[in-house]
Amino acid sequence: MKTDDLITALAADAQSVSMPIGRALALAVAGGAVGAAILFAIMLGMRPDVATAVTSLRFLFKFVVTLSLLASALGLVWNLARPGAIPVGWLLALAGVPALLAIGSVAEMLTVPPADWGQRLTGHNSFMCLILIPTLSAIPFAALLLALRQGAPSHPMLTGAVAGLVAAGIGATLYASHCPDDSPFFVATWYVIASAFMAMLGAAIGEHFLRW
Amino acid sequence: MAQLNREEEWAALMQAAIGGDAAAYRRLLESLSHSLRAATRRGFAQFGAAMNDVEDVVQETLLAIHLKRHTWDQNQPLGPWVRAIARHKLIDALRRRGRRIEVPIESVLDFLPAEEQRSDLDRQDAERLIKELNGRQQTIVRSISVEGKSIRDVAENLGMNEGAVRVALHRGLKALAAIHRRGDEE
Repeated sequence: MKTDDLITALAADAQSVSMPIGRALALAVAGGAVGAAILFAIMLGMRPDVATAVTSLRFLFKFVVTLSLLASALGLVWNLARPGAIPVGWLLALAGVPALLAIGSVAEMLTVPPADWGQRLTGHNSFMCLILIPTLSAIPFAALLLALRQGAPSHPMLTGAVAGLVAAGIGATLYASHCPDDSPFFVATWYVIASAFMAMLGAAIGEHFLRW
Repeated sequence: MAQLNREEEWAALMQAAIGGDAAAYRRLLESLSHSLRAATRRGFAQFGAAMNDVEDVVQETLLAIHLKRHTWDQNQPLGPWVRAIARHKLIDALRRRGRRIEVPIESVLDFLPAEEQRSDLDRQDAERLIKELNGRQQTIVRSISVEGKSIRDVAENLGMNEGAVRVALHRGLKALAAIHRRGDEE
């Protein structure tokens, strides 16, 4: 086939244009978040003392962290879905999340006596945290990867990893309202491990699944 | 300046194409194919790859532009988007040919050259690619591309409706892109 012949065929297929990638991503994230919220409502629900918890800085700080993760990972994946260079600004925004956790942990060190640090870190149910964040992330993770397959990421592995972080951001935000452990020590350990697991899973899948 | 004007023209043509204007789309793809050919040749030359399958890479890049055109943000210029796709496909193609890409490839694709570079090689291999399509897709892609028939004529000849021919054509093009890509893993 000559290239001119291929062009004839492509022009004949002019009407086949797909949904703009931005809309596909928005639908995937919104749909995935709704799915995760339904799963959360059925499986877990918010913790019983949520009405008093919202007055606690530690409780609110969990959402500052998880929503920062969600927002920066979303901004990054939005750009990574299209061909081009890595958007450095968004990458820096994502790096702000561990910085937030470091600040929170220092504040915790200054306000809590060292004898209590160990108990704050292990919390009540760290194991459940490791299981439940990835579980709640599963639906948005799958939806986002399917939408990204319609995209054209220049960096499939990184894009998959960031998709894992978006999903972890949704899962962790939901889980934070259930989990009784509010210490920044707890969040900086177990939430981070659960999110890193999702990122690694995303990288491993993305490397092949998101190639084009 | 010429580069800028040309890219503005490309963006206008792509906008029309996404609106369904096949004539504008054809003009765009023809113009892009000349630039892509020149850029691919330079890329191959830089990495010492044999020139005989430059056309393969040009075709693979055109297919990618076609199948991924919904990832172009219409508020952004078209040139950088095209260059990013061309770079991606060129790197893939060079890796497939055993070249290690260590020096930045950016230099060859800083801009897509305006020089007219017409296709002078019609690879036997391209025919092999079409032959890998399944029966109906192969007939439809071949009739429309190589034989230059209209969708209506193909539909009449095959006793199908036009919508079904369009769907089969689109799937055939997707399959062609996948066959190109499969070369990566071999």
